[in-house]
Amino acid sequence: MKRIITALVQDRSGVLNRLTGLMQRRQFNIESISVGKTETEGISKMTFVVEIADSQKLEQLTKQLHKQIDVLKVSDITDKAIVARELALIKVVSNGHLINEMKGIIEPFRASIIDVSKDSLSIQVTGKPDKIEALIDLLRPYGIKEIARTGMTAFLRGQQPQVAELNSYSAMMK
Amino acid sequence: MNLDAKAGREAVVQTKTGADLLIQTLVEEKVDTIFGYPGGAVLPIYDAIYRAEDEFSHILTRHEQGAIHAAEGYARVSGKPGVVIATSGPGATNLITGIADAMMDSLPLVVFTGQVARTVVGTDAFQEADVMGITTPITKQNYQVQDVRDLPRIVKEAFHIASTGRPGPVVVDVPKDISANMCDDHYDASFYLPGYQPTIKPNPLQVKKLADALAQSKKPVILAGAGVIHGKASQELRAFAEHHSLPVTTTLLGLGCFPGKSPLSLGMAGMHGTYTANMALYECDLLINVGARFDDRLTGNLKHFAPNATVAHIDIDPAEIGKNVTTHIPIVSDAKEALAELNRQAAKHPNHTEWMEKLNNNKKSYPLWYNKPDQEMCPQWLMEKVHEMTNGEAIVTTDVGQHQMWAAQYYSFNEPNRWVTSGGLGTMGFGFPAAIGAQLAKPDRTVVAIVGDGGFQMTMQELSVLQERGLPVKVIIVNNEALGMVRQWQEAFYDKRYSESLLGCQPDFVKLAESYYLKAMKVDSQKELVQVLPEVFAYDGPVVLDARVLQAENVYPMIAPGKGLHEMIGVRP
Repeated sequence: MKRIITALVQDRSGVLNRLTGLMQRRQFNIESISVGKTETEGISKMTFVVEIADSQKLEQLTKQLHKQIDVLKVSDITDKAIVARELALIKVVSNGHLINEMKGIIEPFRASIIDVSKDSLSIQVTGKPDKIEALIDLLRPYGIKEIARTGMTAFLRGQQPQVAELNSYSAMMK
Repeated sequence: MNLDAKAGREAVVQTKTGADLLIQTLVEEKVDTIFGYPGGAVLPIYDAIYRAEDEFSHILTRHEQGAIHAAEGYARVSGKPGVVIATSGPGATNLITGIADAMMDSLPLVVFTGQVARTVVGTDAFQEADVMGITTPITKQNYQVQDVRDLPRIVKEAFHIASTGRPGPVVVDVPKDISANMCDDHYDASFYLPGYQPTIKPNPLQVKKLADALAQSKKPVILAGAGVIHGKASQELRAFAEHHSLPVTTTLLGLGCFPGKSPLSLGMAGMHGTYTANMALYECDLLINVGARFDDRLTGNLKHFAPNATVAHIDIDPAEIGKNVTTHIPIVSDAKEALAELNRQAAKHPNHTEWMEKLNNNKKSYPLWYNKPDQEMCPQWLMEKVHEMTNGEAIVTTDVGQHQMWAAQYYSFNEPNRWVTSGGLGTMGFGFPAAIGAQLAKPDRTVVAIVGDGGFQMTMQELSVLQERGLPVKVIIVNNEALGMVRQWQEAFYDKRYSESLLGCQPDFVKLAESYYLKAMKVDSQKELVQVLPEVFAYDGPVVLDARVLQAENVYPMIAPGKGLHEMIGVRP
């Protein structure tokens, strides 16, 4: 099962290495990592998307992460109401004539063209990972030259729904 | 003009080097013994040690591995963090085995490694190694000092982290310019570690659950690990077990946390544990684990581990709870606090007499056994003799292998902090230097290093330290001219194909020790041993005893790899 785990950490060199090393050593498969500063100086937030076999393994992962001296808080937010976004840059084979056609494809995704050259177009899209996958699928026939993705970053929504509503959110994230 | 004036001002204030500051902080931390080995990148630190030589003693080992194992022995016996200094590059990498060993066995160490100057870090400079990268997976925490103003804080954090919660090794990598440059006399050393708040006191509700489970239980058993020793909880454990007449088995590293001679003791559990202990773990309906981490050498095949038991696990490290064995009653706590709370809460629990009878019958019917020949020396018998001779009160250190298991089985431990062995990592070469550290921590105690002929040859250069420091360590080489445990496994599981496990060419250990100006003896038979042993322990100085034991002897009973606790082999009535 795919889990979204966030960690608040002290901003210290080597912390990312310590956490990813821990995951590698304990055979957790990391799908994506994103790291950035938070509202508090000296504290960063990491968002991991990890493929995990079972709940016992999941518990072990969160405990091991939390055990690290520089880790302040670990949360598995997969089953919560969350806002999760990823940014992708996609460079597609193109020529001047194709721009309008492209615009038609990317508009429903609220993506934008951020660079145009003689033989390529660069598109920026943000959203949930499945939305990005969908756009990439649509663009693939045109010939994708390059993709750069940030990995998912996420946090809890301001308000958490009642327990009964949780399923829909976790289904959305799968 | 301005520049000159400024330089003059600084010269007045800055009277110390970073190394002086480091040493000053160590003195503030009440460090009395440092194990180490100098080299280029730590020359400023060694110069500062030279200036501060009245403050503590520095033990110069002959290899960095010797230094760190000695520090582990020191830490294990004194309960204080062992302090190690090594130079950059090869000095640091020679420490890796010991750091990993301390991590596995939760020993507090503060390790200082030199590093090349910050100006050349990352350029593959002479004697540069990525100590942060290498030690990250085997340390509780590690640091590279980037600013001398952080040095006192980092050192204090290192000692705090190493010695609190679940103890462990902390590495502080010190670039040469940090230790060499002049700096101010004092910097703020206060620290705040919001991400590190070990849970010391148990949740009383969880303890209540355990007390209730105990009241229901017909077949309870306590499994006591090294957490009891680290938590100084032996008294509380004893009170708990004796009040309820609960049987107690210990892990390899837990030996001594509960008196081996107590009628409630089932002996050690695990791969080479007693039949009684392992069957108790297999058949129990309530397993109370205090400070053991369910290592695979203890549990055997997890499918058959305590299959019918409610499992309660007391551990200061929450990540250990539920890691290997499904736990029904988790209690995150220091062992002492948890047991004290349990002693307050649990009502007397007498309703398991049948169970105790069964265990006592097992003890009588299936004791540890060995065949004692007429002349030749049995290693098991040797352990019993050493126990007799030291009244069971010596500090015993070992390497890993057959001799370790025989010592664990036949040198009965009644007190904590007297058994120093490499459990988790299983490190050959550990025992002898660890004995040096143990002797320095407890100068008045008899320290016996029981080592194999294989392991001893990995760190025997430390004989120099015995001679130089006049440490009265008794080194007993259990010499079977083989890597005994390797040979035993090849015999049992590889059809007697003794691939590279027989040590054909041995040094003359007596001459070797004598070349270090030490007293040394060799014994071949029971008769000789009985004659020599009193002399060994009466002698007021170090002795090396080359004890030639029965070569073919194996360690039994045993749980073969992949088998369950109830599938022991080599059990004899």
